Amino acid sequence: MKFKVFLNILAIAGVIFACNVNAQAQSKLKVVATTEDLASIAAEVGGDHIAIDSIAKGYQDPHFVEAKPSFILKLKDADLLILVGRELEIGWLPPLIAQSRNSKIQVAADGYLDASLQAQILEVPSGQVTRAEGDVHPLGNPHYWMDPENGKIIAKEIFDRFVKLRPNDRAYFEPRYNDFVNRVNAAEKRWLALMAPYKGTKIVTYHRSFPNFAARFGLDIVGYVEPKPGIPPTPQHTLDLINQMKKDNVKIVMVEPYFDLKTPNAIGRDSGAQVLVMPPSVGGTKDVPDYIKLFDNDLAMLVAAIQKSAGK
Amino acid sequence: MTTELWWEGFIMRTCLLIVILILLLPAPALMAQTPQAADVNAIRAQIDALRADYDKKIQDLQKQLEDLQAQLNRTPPPPPEQVVPAGVTGGSVSASKVFNPDISVIGDFLGAAGSNKVQPEPSMEMHETEVAFQATVDPYAKADFFLSFGEEGVTLEEGYITFPAIPGGILLKVGKKRAAFGKVNTLHNHVLPWTDRPIVTKNLVGGEDGIDSAGFSVARLIPNPFFFLEATGEVFRGDSGVNLFRSSERSQLIYVANLRGYQDITNNTNLDLGVSFARGHNDSGTSVGTTGDPFTTRLFDANATVRWKPLQRAVYHSFVGRSEYVWSKREQPGGTQNSAGYYGSIEYQLARRWFTGFRYDHSGQAENADLVDKGQSAILSYSPSEFSLIRGQYRRTNYADGPTANEFLFQVQFAIGAHGAHPF
Repeated sequence: MKFKVFLNILAIAGVIFACNVNAQAQSKLKVVATTEDLASIAAEVGGDHIAIDSIAKGYQDPHFVEAKPSFILKLKDADLLILVGRELEIGWLPPLIAQSRNSKIQVAADGYLDASLQAQILEVPSGQVTRAEGDVHPLGNPHYWMDPENGKIIAKEIFDRFVKLRPNDRAYFEPRYNDFVNRVNAAEKRWLALMAPYKGTKIVTYHRSFPNFAARFGLDIVGYVEPKPGIPPTPQHTLDLINQMKKDNVKIVMVEPYFDLKTPNAIGRDSGAQVLVMPPSVGGTKDVPDYIKLFDNDLAMLVAAIQKSAGK
Repeated sequence: MTTELWWEGFIMRTCLLIVILILLLPAPALMAQTPQAADVNAIRAQIDALRADYDKKIQDLQKQLEDLQAQLNRTPPPPPEQVVPAGVTGGSVSASKVFNPDISVIGDFLGAAGSNKVQPEPSMEMHETEVAFQATVDPYAKADFFLSFGEEGVTLEEGYITFPAIPGGILLKVGKKRAAFGKVNTLHNHVLPWTDRPIVTKNLVGGEDGIDSAGFSVARLIPNPFFFLEATGEVFRGDSGVNLFRSSERSQLIYVANLRGYQDITNNTNLDLGVSFARGHNDSGTSVGTTGDPFTTRLFDANATVRWKPLQRAVYHSFVGRSEYVWSKREQPGGTQNSAGYYGSIEYQLARRWFTGFRYDHSGQAENADLVDKGQSAILSYSPSEFSLIRGQYRRTNYADGPTANEFLFQVQFAIGAHGAHPF
């Protein structure tokens, strides 16, 4: 009798264990990305085998996200943290990681992925770096995702890390990764063809959010609304910029959605340039819900503005 | 020697040979008294053969050079030179200093004008220079040191190791640190929205240093489906603050407990609530020389903070309302003093660089609950960049045991070095 009871307990324990193992095998990889751009690319590769969440909204300045305790809850159970790196998140991510109580996402752990390591990074300062240049990023401009070539590199980094963390899911992730790369390649051909007639168009941007975008699509950034990174516009700089725009015949000012439009609008009025609120991130406006649509939207806006300027 | 260099040498030697041959060949011809036509023809044929041979070799070399150049052109350009990022916890980019901690220095200059007969502060002082060293220790821990230099001395404000990933969801800190008691006690001077600390902090929670001692801190998240809830327990050596906790024996320790709840109301608005308790021995009983239990001080705190920051315009506008109530039960000869105090503060960001605020203070004194100090402050701050700040504060203080003080306080803060975390 006792032996039967023992067998029953063993059987029940076995079922529970099997269910548990099964649940673990089925469980989704919990991924937290610091921005919606990285979340979008991760979702393309990970599909429904991952549960993706992000911290910074696409319409907020990613430099000035607050380290809210609610983000600690997001990170607490994450299997993988994907960050932009290059010190974009320096003001808010370190305390969140430190308080996450999660060994998997600590710096240098397998669940910590700095997406910038293989990307083409521009504006890496050479020589002496001081804050006399404003809030410079000593490791280069962190807005590198605004080049679709870097988007593919980021996707490869994410794919490799997914496979490392979930080797059994390679057969699922690989075709998704390949499909994403193929779609970006096809779209990039379309984007480059769209922009080909406008190569060399001179523009002004508010912050240095678009150097990779400009380099890829042949735009020439001749100035910034900010006198230096992170420093609000000053009257003298604004006047100098207007004069330069008139001299260089600049007809477009690109402004990130999180900056005040008062100064850009004044510049636009005085110089005759159009002010475009141009999202540099997925989620920046309702028209850019994913990574490919981000470029579709921004390039369409840009081309329409260039054509409008030419038609004047 | 590379192939290219070998070929260069070969060509040079060949050219030299040709020149020597050209120089040498006419000599026997001149020296010959009677040159034969057949000999001349033979020599000419040899020269032609040599020339043809060398022409062929030069052509071969040219072809190889062209092939190499074509191969080089086909090779993709090397990727742009990149600095290996040090990760978000920072670190120097110089290879030889890569393991140096992040270092930052924050200066805090204070000035005061007006009249204060009770707690006069210097007309001008370099109130504090905080030097921070922060780095990862190993795969299991990180360390933070904050040294506070005054004009005449230096103290270790905080210096602790953090183990962020202990099983069980525990965050363990060991070292000297500000206790997790209430809200203001945890904040360093440079992140305060005022030039000074509230009166209740000075009267009941140990002054500027507050509860800050060596010990252990254990914090754990309490899982629940609704909001962020964190419980913290701390044990410190029994000495801390000005006239707050004093120990006469090793076993007389400070115990601190804190419960913090946080909830996002919307993406732009959040609410932060906390309750705290602290207990330690005070110095009023040690001088008596009794063998009984020394006198203790018990502190209770309840605090609330509401924040509003529109995400899309986060760099331009924000609002913080905060309040903190403290009750002090101080045992001392003549009985227990039950003092209470609080402050209420609002801060509003007018524009990207401009902040304004108001604070109301009300607090009894720890050793005499009947003496109640009150104060009102209006604050205006200008922040040229993320790394510097100029602040003015008008402060009126109604002291219970002295004349009312009307003061204008001003502050200049400036930070250099590694980019620290933004205050929250």
